[in-house]
Amino acid sequence: MTVTAPVLRFESVRKAFGEQVILDDVSLEVPEHSVTVLIGASGSGKSTLLRCANLLEEIDDGAIWLDGEDVTDPRVDADAVRRRIGVVFQAYNLFPHLTVLDNITLGPRRVHRLPRAEAERRALELLDRLGLAAKAGEYPDRLSGGQQQRVALVRAIVSEPRVLLLDEITAALDPELVTEVLAVVRDLKEQGRTMVLATHEMAFARDVADQVCFLADGVILERGTSEQVFGDPQHERTRRFLSRLSEAGRL
Amino acid sequence: MSADPITEERAPYAPSERRLAREAYRRSRTRRSALIATASTLGVAAVLFLVITGSPGWPVTRKTFLDPHYAREALSPVLHGFVLNLELLAVCGPTILVLGLLIAAARTLRGPVFLPVRLLATAYVDFFRGFPLIILLLLTVFGVPALQLQGVTNDPILLGGAALVINYSAYVAEVFRAGIESVHPSQRAAARSLGLGYAQTMRFVVLPQAVRRVVPALVNDMASLQKDTGLVYVGGAIDAVAAAHIQVASSFNYTPLVVAGLGFVILTIPMTRYADWLTRRMDRRRAQGGIV
Ligand SMILES: Nc1ncnc2c1ncn2[C@@H]1O[C@H](COP(=O)(O)OP(=O)(O)OP(=O)(O)O)[C@@H](O)[C@H]1O
Ligand SMILES: [Mg+2]
Repeated sequence: MTVTAPVLRFESVRKAFGEQVILDDVSLEVPEHSVTVLIGASGSGKSTLLRCANLLEEIDDGAIWLDGEDVTDPRVDADAVRRRIGVVFQAYNLFPHLTVLDNITLGPRRVHRLPRAEAERRALELLDRLGLAAKAGEYPDRLSGGQQQRVALVRAIVSEPRVLLLDEITAALDPELVTEVLAVVRDLKEQGRTMVLATHEMAFARDVADQVCFLADGVILERGTSEQVFGDPQHERTRRFLSRLSEAGRL
Repeated sequence: MSADPITEERAPYAPSERRLAREAYRRSRTRRSALIATASTLGVAAVLFLVITGSPGWPVTRKTFLDPHYAREALSPVLHGFVLNLELLAVCGPTILVLGLLIAAARTLRGPVFLPVRLLATAYVDFFRGFPLIILLLLTVFGVPALQLQGVTNDPILLGGAALVINYSAYVAEVFRAGIESVHPSQRAAARSLGLGYAQTMRFVVLPQAVRRVVPALVNDMASLQKDTGLVYVGGAIDAVAAAHIQVASSFNYTPLVVAGLGFVILTIPMTRYADWLTRRMDRRRAQGGIV
């Protein structure tokens, strides 16, 4: 891992929904060209943390820094921030009224003002790399779940975001399609993209993560390389979480 | 990077300087927006006031249309007339909603057996949506009595109400149909694969989603209906508009009509506010708390 300024930095982030405090005091640095994996029980706030980074939720306290800029400052233009962040959610959220190609080129053309030809060239190149070039003219409804999720990935990276946030992108897929999508994520890691992903796929997390964070009680209870967190967890809660998973055969 | 960030007990949360500063900034933004809104509203109001009251015909206009004396005099008969408008709305509104829903459902029936029903519903909508309401009213109110049918009422209020129902249910049917068709086909597939029949699928899965989506449009139609109940005066029924007209005819002062018009506005406002509230509530449920 190269030692550069972090692309994304969470500083004592706090987020509550009403009385319920979801994130209490979360601090985390995401270095450039690294993959950070968030693990933790359902409801521990992984999705909330990612939504906060994308400014879909307003944090209550603390700050989130993107390339050294405090993006949670109310003076900051949220749209400009989101332009620099790519996001893929569990439900692929492709636009059903647009073809695959138009789904992908919508952002580059309308937000980044790329000419149509250039946007389509980039889109087709990425689609081709994922073996989806033949589907460019199809509507999302006619693709399999795995194909849709890969299109969503292409849509997220086509504008070259500084960081990619992936929230349980394989949760809706069967094992074969999971492999297909995770191969793409691995490929993206090879290309040196900076990513933060929340997942329940522990084997994959272990394999792809430069940094693993275990979320519980509104804080990052444990953080380290995958060898550290999976091989030698320091915290009792982490040990229990991991042993429950291995009992369920998911480790 | 410490290996174990929190082994010891955490201190209870206290808002940071940063949070307080942000909140202060947001408050000041809110105050500023409120200030700008107030100032611009007052400015526009002042300009309008000056332009209108400064116009050469203003003194005469004010006397003819906005005379407090005539307004007071008209108030009681106009309010009396409003009772009829409200009665018409209370009876016609629900009838129209039910009829519209039935017609819409008939239009979405599949299968060759239902072809006649479908055709009839389509023809009904096509015809009455195009047919001008005022002509329809005149034809029912004067045409039906002329037929001298046994057992059919000649009451202009009932006939006028019938004309409103006929006209509006064609519109409302289209609103419902748009709602039904906006429910994604996969929802029907999911319901059918649970073993629900066609009618059950409509009743429990499609219609609840469809109706929710078209509530604002329906409220819109009801507000419009509320005003159009005033049209029954063409048959001689004394509603608020007719009552105002009578006043005008005896005094040649138009203030009573302004009073009646304002009465309709006041009646419509709660309805539109209710629609706004409904829409907001449904949006909140869908947005899952996101700002997007
Ligand atoms: N908009 C909201 N309003 C109120 N509570 C919410 C909202 N969004 C999330 N929550 C709550 O916040 C908590 C954390 O949710 P979050 O989706 O971040 O969990 P998660 O770690 O992603 O879980 P999972 O692994 O199941 O996806 C949950 O208890 C959830 O009920
Ligand atoms: Mg989640």
